[in-house]
Amino acid sequence: MISYELLGIAVLWLFLYGYLIVASVDFGAGFFAYYARLTKRDHMINRLISRYLSPVWEITNVFFVFFFVGIVGFFPKTAYYYGSALLIPGSIAVILLAIRGSFYAFENYGSKENIVYLFLYGATGLLIPASLSVALTLSEGGFIAEFGTLVRLQYMTLFTSPLSWSIVALAIVSVLFISSAFLCFYASRADDQPALNLMRTYALFWSTPTIIAAFTAFIYLSQHNERHFQNMMGLWWLLALSVGFFMLGIWLLYDGRRYGLAFISIMLQFFCAFFAYGIGHYPYILDPYITIQEGATHESMGFALVIAFIGGLCLLVPSLILVFKLFLFDADYVKGKK
Amino acid sequence: MDTDTVLWSRLLTGLTLTFHVIFATVGVGVPMMIAIAEFAGIRKKDPHYILMAKRWTRGFVISVAVGVVTGTAIALQLALVWPNFMQLAGNVIALPLFMEVFAFFFEAIFLGIYLYTWERFRNPYTHWVLTFPVVIGAGMSAFFITTVNGFMNQPGGFVMENGQFAAVNPVEAMLNTATPSKVLHVLSSAYLTGAALLAGIAAYTILKNGESPYYKKALNLMMSVVLVFGVFSALAGDVSAKFLAKHQPEKLAAAEWHFETESGADLLLLGWLNAERKVVGAIRIPKALSFLGFGDWNAEVKGLEEFPMDERPPLAVHYLFDLMVGIGFFVIAVALLYALSVWRSKGNAHSKRLLWLIVFCTPLSFLAIELGWFYAEIGRQPWMIRGYLRVEEAATASPNVRPLFFVFLLLYIVLGTLCAIVLRRLFRHNPAEAELERHLGKLSDQAGKVEPT
Repeated sequence: MISYELLGIAVLWLFLYGYLIVASVDFGAGFFAYYARLTKRDHMINRLISRYLSPVWEITNVFFVFFFVGIVGFFPKTAYYYGSALLIPGSIAVILLAIRGSFYAFENYGSKENIVYLFLYGATGLLIPASLSVALTLSEGGFIAEFGTLVRLQYMTLFTSPLSWSIVALAIVSVLFISSAFLCFYASRADDQPALNLMRTYALFWSTPTIIAAFTAFIYLSQHNERHFQNMMGLWWLLALSVGFFMLGIWLLYDGRRYGLAFISIMLQFFCAFFAYGIGHYPYILDPYITIQEGATHESMGFALVIAFIGGLCLLVPSLILVFKLFLFDADYVKGKK
Repeated sequence: MDTDTVLWSRLLTGLTLTFHVIFATVGVGVPMMIAIAEFAGIRKKDPHYILMAKRWTRGFVISVAVGVVTGTAIALQLALVWPNFMQLAGNVIALPLFMEVFAFFFEAIFLGIYLYTWERFRNPYTHWVLTFPVVIGAGMSAFFITTVNGFMNQPGGFVMENGQFAAVNPVEAMLNTATPSKVLHVLSSAYLTGAALLAGIAAYTILKNGESPYYKKALNLMMSVVLVFGVFSALAGDVSAKFLAKHQPEKLAAAEWHFETESGADLLLLGWLNAERKVVGAIRIPKALSFLGFGDWNAEVKGLEEFPMDERPPLAVHYLFDLMVGIGFFVIAVALLYALSVWRSKGNAHSKRLLWLIVFCTPLSFLAIELGWFYAEIGRQPWMIRGYLRVEEAATASPNVRPLFFVFLLLYIVLGTLCAIVLRRLFRHNPAEAELERHLGKLSDQAGKVEPT
C-alpha cells in the first residue's frame, strides 16, 4: 500500500505536468500571435489560436490553482516557507496572470486590433513561465534563509545564480517549443497549410535551444545540488527515453506528415524529463526544510484529500474528454465550420 | 511583530476580496438567470428570451474573466500574505479549499462548452442542460469557500495540542455550525443581486430608449426573481441572526451596541455613540433584538461587557449591519411595488419613478453584499480563527506588503475600468432590437433550408 503523502505528491506532480503542457500552449501562443503581428503574418495564425484557446483558457488557469491549492493542502508547511519567501515573485506572477486572463475576454469582445494589448499578451506569455520557475529554483535549496520567525528570499544569491537563469531560459524556450508543436498539429487538423508551414518552422527552430537549455540546466544543477543530480543520474534511463522521444518528435516534424504523433512524442519527452527531475527531488519538497514525510498533513486530511481527488477526477476526466471531442477532435469545428 | 505589516496585510486582503466579491457574486448569480431565461425561451418558443440568455452570457464571460483572475489572486494571497495561518489551518481546511477548485474546474469546463455550442445541437434542451453544471459548479464553489469562512468563525473538527491542530476531522470542520446559515445567506443574496443587476440594466435601457418588448420581458422576469430571492434572502438573514445570538454573541452585540446582558433587549437603528459610549439618536424598537436573536421577546441577550476588552469587535460594525439590512428591505419593497404596479395596470406602463428605483437597486444590492461581508469579517476581529489564532499572529513578517497594496490597487482599478469599457462597448453599438432582427433572419433562413426537403 502506497502511503498517502507519496500518492498526493505523485498526483500533484502529474497535475503540474498537465499545467506545464496546457499552459505552454497558451503562453507560447501569445508570443507567436505578437511576433506574427510584427512580421505581418498574423492573419495566418490568429484565427487558429483563438479558435482553440478561447474555450479552454479558463481550464488552463484552473490547472494552476489546482496544483497550488493541492500542494498547500497536502503539505501545509509549503505555505509557510514558499508563502513567506515568494511574496514578491508570487505577487508579480499573480499580476501577470491577471493581465493575461483579462486579455482573453477583453480582446475577444472588445479591442481586437489593439497592439498594446497584443504586446502585453505576448510579453506575459514569456514572463509568467519565468516568474513561476523561481519556485522550482527555490526548491533546490540555498536561496532561502531563516531568521527566527522570518523567512527571507536571498535575492542576491538568486539573481547571481547561473542555475536560476538556466531554469528561466529552459522554461521560456520549452514553452515556445511545446506551443509551436501543438499549433502545428492543430493547423494540420484544420487543413490550414500556410499556418502549418509557419508553425513548423517555429517548432523546428525552437527545438535546438530547448535541448541546449535542458543540458545547461542539468549541468548547473550538478554544481548546485549534488544529491539531486546523483539521484537523477540514477534515473538515466528516463532521461535517455526523454532524449529519444525528443529525437523522434523532431524527425516527425521534419518529415511533416504525422503532426499528432510528433506532438505526443514531445509530450512524452517532457513527461520523462519532468518525472526524472521530480523523482530525483525525493524526499525533499523544499531542500532542506520540507520533506514529503515530515511536511505532510494529518493522515485523516490526507485521506480525505485523496478521496476528493478520486471523486473529482471521476467528474473531470469525462468533462475534459467532452471538451476535447468538441473543440480539438471535431474536424468541422477546427476548420471553422461550426 | 510589526503592527504596521499586519495592518497592510489586512488592507491588501480586504482590497482583493472587496474587488473579487463583486465578480464572484455575478459569477454565482448570473448563470442561474441565464438558465432561467433560456428555459423560458425554449418553453415559450420566444426568441426574446433566447436572445436574453445569449446577451447575458456574453457580458457574463467578461466578468468571469475578472472573477477568475481576482480569485486566483486571493487563492495565492492566502499563502503569501498569511503564511502562518495557512500552515496551521491548512491541516483542517484543505479539503473544502481543494473541492472549491474542483467545483470551479467543473464550471469552467462547461462554461466553455456552453459558450461555443449555441447552434450545435438539434434538440434545444441539450444546450440548455449545459447550464446545469455551470449553475451547480458556481453554487458548489460558493458553498465550499463559505465553509472555509464558516470554519474561521466557528472552528471545529480538531483538538488543540501544543499549539497545533490534532485529531483532525475534515468533514466535521467543513460542516461547522456556521456553515448552514452562511451558505443560505450567501447563495440567496447572490441570486438576488444577479437578478437585480439584470433588472436594473433593463430598467435603465427603458428609461433611456423607451419601452420595447425585449426589455419589458427581461424586466418582468428579473423582478419576479428579485422578489423571490429577496424574501428568501431575508429569511436566511434571520437564520444568520439567530445563529449569531447563539454561537457568536459578541458579533451580534457589537452590531447592535448591546453592552449589558439583559432580557427583552431593544433593537437599535442607526444613531451614534457619544464620548461616554452611550448611544444617542438611535431609533429603539423595544425587545426586538431578543426576538430577532431567539424568537422570544423576553429572551436574554448577552452584552459586550461579558467579553474581555481585547476580544471585542470594533463598534463601527453597527452601521455596516444596519445599512445591509436596510438595503435588503428596500430592495424587497421595490420588488413588491413593481409586482403590484404590473398587476394593477396589467403589465403596461411603468412609471419613471419606479424604473429609477429599480435602477438604484442594482448598485445598492452590490453595496449590501460588500457591507454584509465587511460586517462578517470585521465582526470577527481580532480573531483570524476565532478563539485560536489572532490576526497579528497570522500575517506575514515580510515588510513588502505595503508597496504591494498599491500595486494591486492599481491593477484592480485598471481591470475594473477596462471591464466597464469593454462591457459598454459590447452592448452600446449592438442594441437588442437589431440583434433580434438578425437572429430572426437567421432562424427563417434555416427554416427555409429545411422546408423543401
